[in-house]
Amino acid sequence: MIRPPWALLAELTHACPLHCPYCSNPLRLVRKPAELGTADWTRVLDEAGELGVVQAHLSGGEPLLRPDLAEIVAAADGSGIYTQLVTSGVGLTAARLDELATAGLRSVQLSVQDATAASSDRIAGRVAFDGKRRAAETVRASGLPFGLNVVLHRLNLDRLDEIIRLAVDWGADRVELANTQFHGWALRNLGALMPTRDQLDAARATVLAWQERLGGGAPELIWVLPDWADGVAKPCMGGWGSTSITVAPDGTALPCPSASVIDGLDAPNVRDHPLRRIWEESAAFARYRGTDWMPEPCRSCPAKEADFGGCRCQAFALTGDAARTDPACRLSPDHHLVQAERPAGPLVYRKP
Amino acid sequence: MNADERAPAQDQAGRGAEPVDHAGRADAWRPRLRRGIMLRWDAVRESDILLMPERVVMLNPQAGQILRLCDGERTAAEIAGVLAERFPGAPVGTEVPAFLERVRDQGWLG
Ligand code: SF4
Ligand code: SF4
Repeated sequence: MIRPPWALLAELTHACPLHCPYCSNPLRLVRKPAELGTADWTRVLDEAGELGVVQAHLSGGEPLLRPDLAEIVAAADGSGIYTQLVTSGVGLTAARLDELATAGLRSVQLSVQDATAASSDRIAGRVAFDGKRRAAETVRASGLPFGLNVVLHRLNLDRLDEIIRLAVDWGADRVELANTQFHGWALRNLGALMPTRDQLDAARATVLAWQERLGGGAPELIWVLPDWADGVAKPCMGGWGSTSITVAPDGTALPCPSASVIDGLDAPNVRDHPLRRIWEESAAFARYRGTDWMPEPCRSCPAKEADFGGCRCQAFALTGDAARTDPACRLSPDHHLVQAERPAGPLVYRKP
Repeated sequence: MNADERAPAQDQAGRGAEPVDHAGRADAWRPRLRRGIMLRWDAVRESDILLMPERVVMLNPQAGQILRLCDGERTAAEIAGVLAERFPGAPVGTEVPAFLERVRDQGWLG
């Protein structure tokens, strides 16, 4: 029996006022005219609730660019789905947040690129930091749970101490210190963004020191060492097709937000099939589900039920074959691919 | 956005309760779920669940019953009283307050 999914990542639009060079959106972005409409999303959320989804991340791009966002939130809430807005903060006024909270929005996750306006704006590729600070105040004032998300890489890891200080000052309940995963635009920027081991070691010590100082009080700090650094593959999304569905702006349904990179996946679209059929019957969702598809060394590895062989998209990006053991794993014959220290390179901003 | 693990952590709560001595504890506390935490029945999994940012907690039937009574109006003692009526003979007098305090320590009740 195929267990139902818990979560839906709704990528409502790829449009975004920022140009983050680590953006996990695909290099070929979906344009506005190809986006799902309000009625499509309402149906998808309805089907998601029936299927067993209880949480939705409303994301993008920048979801606030959808004028119908409140309607989408209300549709999710009507299906009993807990919603979290994942936003850059640009355009998050008190009036807009109030409209969304009234529609049933339950929590907000705000992204910030670095600890200072100059460096944060440099990474975002536009002036946005002050708007983010105001957005943080707005979220705080609303009383909704407030998460901060900071993607970490070579250009900001050395300021991690100040970044955590900022999260404390802004009153976040929870901070995700997310080391860059090298998909999408981040892969284009591997040279510029790949941290050094010294940076990671120092960052880990910084997080531990802060955790001690905060002593269990807010904000909660979430820090995960990147998989390539510790040689331990991470179970992407709890295993392929096991806990979460991503729906891209054009309705493409994916087992993982980056899976559109995998050639020949033939991902189904919510315009063509009900979500239940996609989850339970589509070849794309079945492809790397469970452990039967695994090659060696995963097939005979005791960890296979815990990490499900790691990330399929990373295996594809690095080896050209999505069915190989994740090169991040130290047991992978391709592990040398993630071992090399990269020379720093220039930044390529996400366009358009 | 960054493609970090978007799957919520799932865990179990409300498994057993060690009795604690609550003599003399203030009874003024009227527990209610904190803002942003949602309690609902999950018909697909046939379980009460607590939903919060990045997290889903499956509740056992007793935990669900107790939390449904946490409306910010009833005191902890009154909640225990309601349950004592429903389940004569069950050790709710000690177990319920202990459970509520553990849930408060998690940051889910205020
Ligand atoms: S060999 Fe495969 S299953 Fe074993 S730890 Fe590595 S990725 Fe995980
Ligand atoms: S990572 Fe940056 S550019 Fe990409 S969607 Fe998020 S805020 Fe926009």
